[in-house]
Amino acid sequence: MSKGFFGLKSFIPVAGFLIILLILPGIIPRFYTYILTLIFVTGLLAMSLNLVVGHGGLFQFHHCAFYGVGAYAFALILTKTSLPTWVAFVAGPLMAATVGLIIGWLCVRLNKLYFGMLQIALGSLIWAVAFRWYSLTGGDDGIHGIPMPALLDSINSAYYFILILLLICLIVLYLILKSPFGLTLRAIRDNPERCETVGVNVKLHKLAAIVIATFFAGIAGTLFVVVERSVFPDLLFWVFSLEVFIMCLLGGWFTFPGPILGAAMMVSLRTFVGAYTEYWTLIVGVILILLIFFLPEGVLGYLIRKSKGLRVGSAGEG
Amino acid sequence: MDLGQTITIPALCSHLLVGLSRAMILFVVTSGMSFVLGVLRVPNVAHGSLYMIGAFSAFSISTLLGGGSTGFLVALVLAPLVVALVSLIAERSLFCHLYEREHLMLLLFTFALMLILGDLVKMVWGPDYRSIMAPELLRGSATVFGAPFPRYNLFLLIIGPLVAIGLWLFSNKTKIGKIARAAAVDREMVGAIGINVSRVFAFAFVFGCFLAGLGGALVSPMVSITIGMDHDIVMDAFLIVTIGGLGNMWGALVGSLIFGITQSFGVLLLPQFAIVFPYLAVVVILIWRPTGMLKSVW
Repeated sequence: MSKGFFGLKSFIPVAGFLIILLILPGIIPRFYTYILTLIFVTGLLAMSLNLVVGHGGLFQFHHCAFYGVGAYAFALILTKTSLPTWVAFVAGPLMAATVGLIIGWLCVRLNKLYFGMLQIALGSLIWAVAFRWYSLTGGDDGIHGIPMPALLDSINSAYYFILILLLICLIVLYLILKSPFGLTLRAIRDNPERCETVGVNVKLHKLAAIVIATFFAGIAGTLFVVVERSVFPDLLFWVFSLEVFIMCLLGGWFTFPGPILGAAMMVSLRTFVGAYTEYWTLIVGVILILLIFFLPEGVLGYLIRKSKGLRVGSAGEG
Repeated sequence: MDLGQTITIPALCSHLLVGLSRAMILFVVTSGMSFVLGVLRVPNVAHGSLYMIGAFSAFSISTLLGGGSTGFLVALVLAPLVVALVSLIAERSLFCHLYEREHLMLLLFTFALMLILGDLVKMVWGPDYRSIMAPELLRGSATVFGAPFPRYNLFLLIIGPLVAIGLWLFSNKTKIGKIARAAAVDREMVGAIGINVSRVFAFAFVFGCFLAGLGGALVSPMVSITIGMDHDIVMDAFLIVTIGGLGNMWGALVGSLIFGITQSFGVLLLPQFAIVFPYLAVVVILIWRPTGMLKSVW
């Protein structure tokens, strides 16, 4: 899939997979539909992070801040104002992208780890405000029971709505990565000095990547509210940011759909292992260590390398 | 939003002292993190978990010894050693095999370690809140500048500088301390002159974790010991180390002072948003001096 989203060779499996996803809600129980929807939302968040981390090489350590900003903006407009719902849908991602622009503008002048730390400080600032501003955000309780339009009231309709939006977002993300902009971004990741020398405005490209990624994180945030109908400060907490980071690694950094696979693994682990034992983070930790030792490119990265290796191997023999 | 108490000179002084004693705890914890960061170049995300284990071990040891003054003092010595043992096991069994790998992998390993240690603590000590009493000599409060001030915080104000002096002596006057400092600056060279770098790393990691455990043991009579205290401290510790200058021990001290004092003055000014102030200070400092206040070893 990493080679051609629109190629004939990958078209058939992708289309088959899509058809399965389309008919699934009619077959499986409501709870599983809900989990799938959650996977879509978290997957979109991980995809948006991978744009800056995997392709941009930036230490985007506090990506969830933007996810949370999108979710909170959406929730606050729905509960505190009488504006129509579509305004909230537009405002969530835009708010996230605006905050992304401000934070990104402050961060891009710093290097590597310092970039990440400044972002964590700024993100923690947002978290602390959301955590303490009881009169507006509900403090550590958050906001619950956010009203949804009748169209999105059932989990099945939310499922289709989110699936369609996810597909649109994925296509846009794919086109961005295939565009000259995406290529420049990867070039900056691999050799920033050389890019600077040939006249690429490195900081501007990084900033643009951050704004795009935060916009998609904002979309994921609003969609989270559509599924959960609540917001709480943990959405903005740095632990969740690291978790999303791990989803990217789990699935595979340098593959296009890897992060979604990682998100699916993480969400299912939490749901199914979490239902079985309260010590599910222990199991996630052990899996993570196994992954670091044996599959450092992530599951999908490993599979792709393996299949390529096989092809090269058989060609050599023939 | 209500403002804090009226700002008087005694109130200012007592907040300053509370901030300073909070900074001492932060310093003990962050100096350990800074040490690991300097020598191994790895932000140890599990540092907070080791701090938490230190606090829980202090609780168990002092309860086991009857909860008296001697119990607490023994806990203060033994709990950091327990933490050092835990970190030694983690380092020698798993972590040491990753030194040749990419940096991000090391970071992720420490995150995995945090997840595992967090759940192990939950298994061993359970999810309840725990608390221990300070020894009798350090209970109650003394009057400083006309304001009542907890004795235990005064004790911390003595311990903090002692730890700083001890660390300075250790890293400047002992052989292993000098080697560790050299490894922080140029690890290839240290390896080239025939020193076992892996062992130096192991030592630095365990020593840093020991300091985390000491911080946890020191903080144990002041707070309710509970799971989740690892998450609370580790990000603050990172930010402190960053604004101080990565790997610089004195930077950890400067950063801790900034963090502790802005927080306690925040309580004085705007109690509801007190936790916002230290983050604001970090943002201002990083924008003003992008690589921290003091020279970083990176």
